[in-house]
Amino acid sequence: MLAEFLQYLFTGITIGATYALIALGFTLIYNASHVINFAQGEFLMIGGMATVSLTAMGVPMIIAIVLAIILAGVLGIALQRFAIAPAKQADVVTLIIITIGASIFIRGIAQVVWGKEYHVMQNFSSDEPIWVFGAVLNSQSLWVLGVGAVVVVALVLFFTKTLTGKAILATSMNKEAARLVGVRTQMVLMLAFLVSALLGSVAGIVVAPITFTSYDIGIILGLKGFVAAAIGGLGSGVGAVVGGLALGIVEAMAAGYISSDYKDAVAFSMILLVLFFMPRGLFGPKVVERV
Amino acid sequence: MFKTMMRRAGKCAVVATAGLMMMSAQAAEPIKIGSFLSITGPASFLGDPEVKTLEMYVEKINEEGGVLGRQLELIHYDDVGNASSARNFASRLIRSDNVDIIVGGSTTGATMAAVPLIQQAEIPFISLAGAVVITTPVKKWVFKTPQSDRMAAERILADMKDRGITRIGLISGTGGFGSSGRTQTLEVAEKMGMEVVADVTYSGSDTDMTAQLTNIKNTKGVEAVLNFGFGQGPAIVTRNYDQLGMELPFYQSHGVASDSFLELAGSAAEGLRLPASPLLVPDSLPDDDPQKEVVQNYKAEYEARWDSKVSTFGAYAYDGLMLAVRAIEEAGSTDPEAVREALENIKGYVGVTGEFNMSPDDHNGLDPESFRILEVQNGEWKLID
Repeated sequence: MLAEFLQYLFTGITIGATYALIALGFTLIYNASHVINFAQGEFLMIGGMATVSLTAMGVPMIIAIVLAIILAGVLGIALQRFAIAPAKQADVVTLIIITIGASIFIRGIAQVVWGKEYHVMQNFSSDEPIWVFGAVLNSQSLWVLGVGAVVVVALVLFFTKTLTGKAILATSMNKEAARLVGVRTQMVLMLAFLVSALLGSVAGIVVAPITFTSYDIGIILGLKGFVAAAIGGLGSGVGAVVGGLALGIVEAMAAGYISSDYKDAVAFSMILLVLFFMPRGLFGPKVVERV
Repeated sequence: MFKTMMRRAGKCAVVATAGLMMMSAQAAEPIKIGSFLSITGPASFLGDPEVKTLEMYVEKINEEGGVLGRQLELIHYDDVGNASSARNFASRLIRSDNVDIIVGGSTTGATMAAVPLIQQAEIPFISLAGAVVITTPVKKWVFKTPQSDRMAAERILADMKDRGITRIGLISGTGGFGSSGRTQTLEVAEKMGMEVVADVTYSGSDTDMTAQLTNIKNTKGVEAVLNFGFGQGPAIVTRNYDQLGMELPFYQSHGVASDSFLELAGSAAEGLRLPASPLLVPDSLPDDDPQKEVVQNYKAEYEARWDSKVSTFGAYAYDGLMLAVRAIEEAGSTDPEAVREALENIKGYVGVTGEFNMSPDDHNGLDPESFRILEVQNGEWKLID
């Protein structure tokens, strides 16, 4: 009984942590610009695929990972510079559509460069699973959780302790006021894209040994990450983490206890329920419309 | 720049000479072979080798003088694994391209979406998809080259029975292939007096199947596990199976019978068995096996031309094209009814997939024995039966 429950919990937390990292990326950009960046999943794909192809070329894993993260970062900045910034005063909806276009573009390039096959990435540490009270924990799951925790702590420190972090927060609260006190909001926007690209690629790399990776892995994981962000309340960092974990755990429990057929149905009913009773999500900001 | 121009000029020259040489042949209209395949998208691992095979052999046949003295013309579209675009492209092939025969349909979904149109238009159609529904009940204009999932289920369960296994756990994908395979397995198991004691599913985009496998693991009396599905799903199932430390005999379906599956699943695949085309083990076939030569030739030609590993799925396209050519030759024209009739009466065609013996009530023409049971040993396929 306990073993079974633990098994589902481990599965859920692992995949949930990935959702959470992706959701954090959505949240960051949403806060800085109110844009939902649908190319978030593509950062994840770039992270995994670049690492795989670099290691295949004989680059040591650590260096491959660093290079992949840098590549994703450059891509994040490029996305903001060349796709979002030129549209300047466009509607948020227009910007969202631009990100969808960008994601299709990036995916297309990736398909040409890396092909359409699935690729394997080695576990970071041993392949031996760990047994906990009769349940199996993949050692890579620990990496996912550990890296996720480190990233969350780093983000918290970044936003509360550094001036740049505070500038992003200020912009998210009130763009006009932030600009008046001297925050360069365009710069902040670029930074938000950079940081969320880094987040996405890190998520893509740590999870790749578990899920495999391919040019289109970003579609479904990106979508799930968005769902997690919506459950948590778009714009809330805590919400993104809680939403991601909750989504992962509910999915795994549903697959185990009810039926794998209803797994997605259960997850999506959960969103309906949450949004029905708490339209702003679990931790969404209480916004009062100014008249 | 100059180089590419030279190359282009060279190509033009080659084409021109070839054209001159074939003046007489070109007087006749080319025979149009239409195809809709999942060249990109989630089922690209099917469509990609299929389109390569078709292109390569249409070229080869044309170089050798074509069929009935006429050249072949291949018109193909990419349905991206989407059933509704498959239907649109089938309609385009019939209405605006006026093709003589269709060889295509990488997935069961794509095939079944196009079937009503094709039946109505009365054009012979050779599908490259697996599910049993395609040719059962028999549809007048529809044929297919892969063995049905029912035969795969029969072959797997027979092998289990030989090992004394009667109670199985089933884990299947919710896609067309997996769910049809599941239905067939349940039916065959009942017929053979075996019992499916655990029955779980996963969706194609799932990234972790530990929960489902735990369910099977905790079911009492399971003696072997069968996974019916294709794509990366079964590779994840295989890895999770290994991580959970499950020791029961493990079977996969023919849906993953390719070397890329071995690559994805890695050492976790050790010891698993599956039914597959002899194409995976061309050199272990006994010398008196009628398929040996066909299989070896196809493998060698494909790998020389594309510099990538041959796959079972490409072989379906090879057999589809060769059956079409043979039927057109026997019919002596491209008259749809005559070609259909010729297709229906093809006997003893030895293809890469197996020996085809078509009949009016069997539009597939293969038997379960055309599957070979393979086992993964030391990271390689080993012929068991």
